[in-house]
Amino acid sequence: MGSEPGGCALRRFSCELGPLGRPDGSAAFLQGDTSVLAGLYGPAEVKVSKELYDKATVEVMLKPKVGLPGVFEKNREQLIRKTCEAVILGALHPRTSISIVLQVISDAGALLACCLNAACMGLMDAGLPMKSLFCGVTCALDATGAITLDPTAKQEKEARAVLTFAISSVERQVLMCTTKGTCSVEELQQCIAAAQRASGAIFHFYRDSVRRKYSKT
Amino acid sequence: MKETPLSNCERRFLLRAIEERKVRDRDTPPPGQAPSHGSAGGVRASPHLSPSRRAPARVVTLLSALQRLDGRQSYDYRNVRISFGADYGCCIVELGRTRVLGQVSCELVSPKLNRATEGILFFNLELSPMAAPAFEPGRQPELLVKLNRLLERCLRNSKCIDTESLCVVAGVKVWQIRVDLHLLNHDGNIIDAASIAAIVALCHFRRPDVSVQGEEVTLYTPEERDPVPLSIHHMPICVSFAFFQQGTYLLVDPSEREERVMDGLLVIAMNKHREICTIQSSGGIMLLKDQVLRCSKITGVKVAEITELIQKALENDRKVRKEGGKFGFAESIPNQKISAFKMERAPVDTNDVEEQAEEIITKADPPSDVIAKPIIRMPGTAQIGEGLENSWGDFEESEREEEEEGNSDDATTSGGQKMETEEINIVSKTKKDDDTIILSDSEEEEVVILEPEETHKKTRTHTTAKQENSSSKKAFNKKRKKKRATH
Repeated sequence: MGSEPGGCALRRFSCELGPLGRPDGSAAFLQGDTSVLAGLYGPAEVKVSKELYDKATVEVMLKPKVGLPGVFEKNREQLIRKTCEAVILGALHPRTSISIVLQVISDAGALLACCLNAACMGLMDAGLPMKSLFCGVTCALDATGAITLDPTAKQEKEARAVLTFAISSVERQVLMCTTKGTCSVEELQQCIAAAQRASGAIFHFYRDSVRRKYSKT
Repeated sequence: MKETPLSNCERRFLLRAIEERKVRDRDTPPPGQAPSHGSAGGVRASPHLSPSRRAPARVVTLLSALQRLDGRQSYDYRNVRISFGADYGCCIVELGRTRVLGQVSCELVSPKLNRATEGILFFNLELSPMAAPAFEPGRQPELLVKLNRLLERCLRNSKCIDTESLCVVAGVKVWQIRVDLHLLNHDGNIIDAASIAAIVALCHFRRPDVSVQGEEVTLYTPEERDPVPLSIHHMPICVSFAFFQQGTYLLVDPSEREERVMDGLLVIAMNKHREICTIQSSGGIMLLKDQVLRCSKITGVKVAEITELIQKALENDRKVRKEGGKFGFAESIPNQKISAFKMERAPVDTNDVEEQAEEIITKADPPSDVIAKPIIRMPGTAQIGEGLENSWGDFEESEREEEEEGNSDDATTSGGQKMETEEINIVSKTKKDDDTIILSDSEEEEVVILEPEETHKKTRTHTTAKQENSSSKKAFNKKRKKKRATH
């Protein structure tokens, strides 16, 4: 179905809930050819140096496929951590740690959004209490200002600006926004609006996959 | 998180489960004397078993399937499942529930000085923190070093990859092949899964084509020319044996629970031509020669099976890619799996985003006024804006009043008024002077100068003056600060 104007369509999504046996929660999320595996441990023992007296300490580790983690991964880890902290009800589990380990299985564009989606599904699988669900959406703006949702690696490289948003399921609020490249204020608002539309489809996907998993119990 | 040590009762339970097996296995000829056992440790019921207090239980267990904790026989391997990613050189191998991700990448580098015509192979196994709660990032446990070393010996020293073919220009440029393995889930027997993942990824990988014409070297992108596979001589695969009860009882492919209670481990790396590439025994068990021979025979059988599986998987993937079908990890998730869900390409309606964006922008508050340019008072001091009203004065007033009340035991209200006059005098005198503090003289009281060299004078003054002095000093300092702030 390539009849949408400007190529606004999300790629094929797949997910698997709980593929790993050891972590408390795990999820594999695939967007087109981009795939991320999330493993979660929590609420679990926390080092005294990182202990918070009133809420849970959220730690995120993003592991690249090749090589050691660098500044890029640290940056992404902070963004994902802030989003998760905003959503997880940490006050219910003080002095514990919630560790989220994300492994990049393959990267073909929209990696940060895929990491956010995998993290959210992993949190659901682990059964951690959350205020709302969240999803990640990537928008790419090309030279003419046309919006492309969920771009591939090639589209990201050719784009003028790439924006990633974390959208919450409650009233589609924006939890996190990170941009690369230049765009105007109007374009930013347009991208946010487009991302909010797309998040509807993603939350629908979450709901269907969880419903399917628990359909036989 | 710290590794939780195995509790005593769990250890006893696991060893007992193995002990049960061993007691039953005693029917069969003991290990050293019998020839091959095939792939299943067969057991016959015999009435001549040594009596034990577990006799009634043994009858029950004889009838039930003779299994390990996860339902296998002693020599059974877990199911191996191989899936490939969309790009070449990426694969995930599942050995039971142990899962390893392997990725091969290549780069052109200068060769090592003592091996100018050979390419470089680099192996890196990482224990991801998600594999087990005990694996923490940044900390290299002994296990990791041991696994990495074993993997290197198995794959590099066995010369399974032709490194001469990786040379582009002798002494100048060679290919460096890097194999990254990530353990995703730890359910025992990491080394087997890792060795399978490594060799599968290497067989699957395609490097860019290079052509050398005289002095000119051309590197083709994947679009220009099809990438070429690596030249692999043979496929070494590790098989692990766990030993229990001082080396008398063995299990092939131990699971995580079994690994925790084992006495020792024997790893044999072999290829399908029955050549041993690496053999390592650890844990301090002493093995008999025939035990080792028996293990190598079992290894031969297992390696043949696994190699056939690998070839089939590679062939399937190659066929799918050639026919233009869909490949990648998404395809490897079976459709019927209830914990998996797939959604086709979903269109998103973005027709009226422009209107929505316009609305939001017009409703939003206008941006604040531009900040005034800075006013430069003197070199090094500038002022931007006006700032807020200084409310420290009020604070000082109220504090001074409090101090006056505090001094009421020796100073009457007239004393309080006195202080005020003093301070006004202080202020008028010390506006310009920062260093020397000159206090005006008042008729009633001896006024003390606030200078360090005259402190001895202070001690001899009136006690009341001293008290007043300390409070006036405080108030004075505050006044000084206030005057400084408003400048």
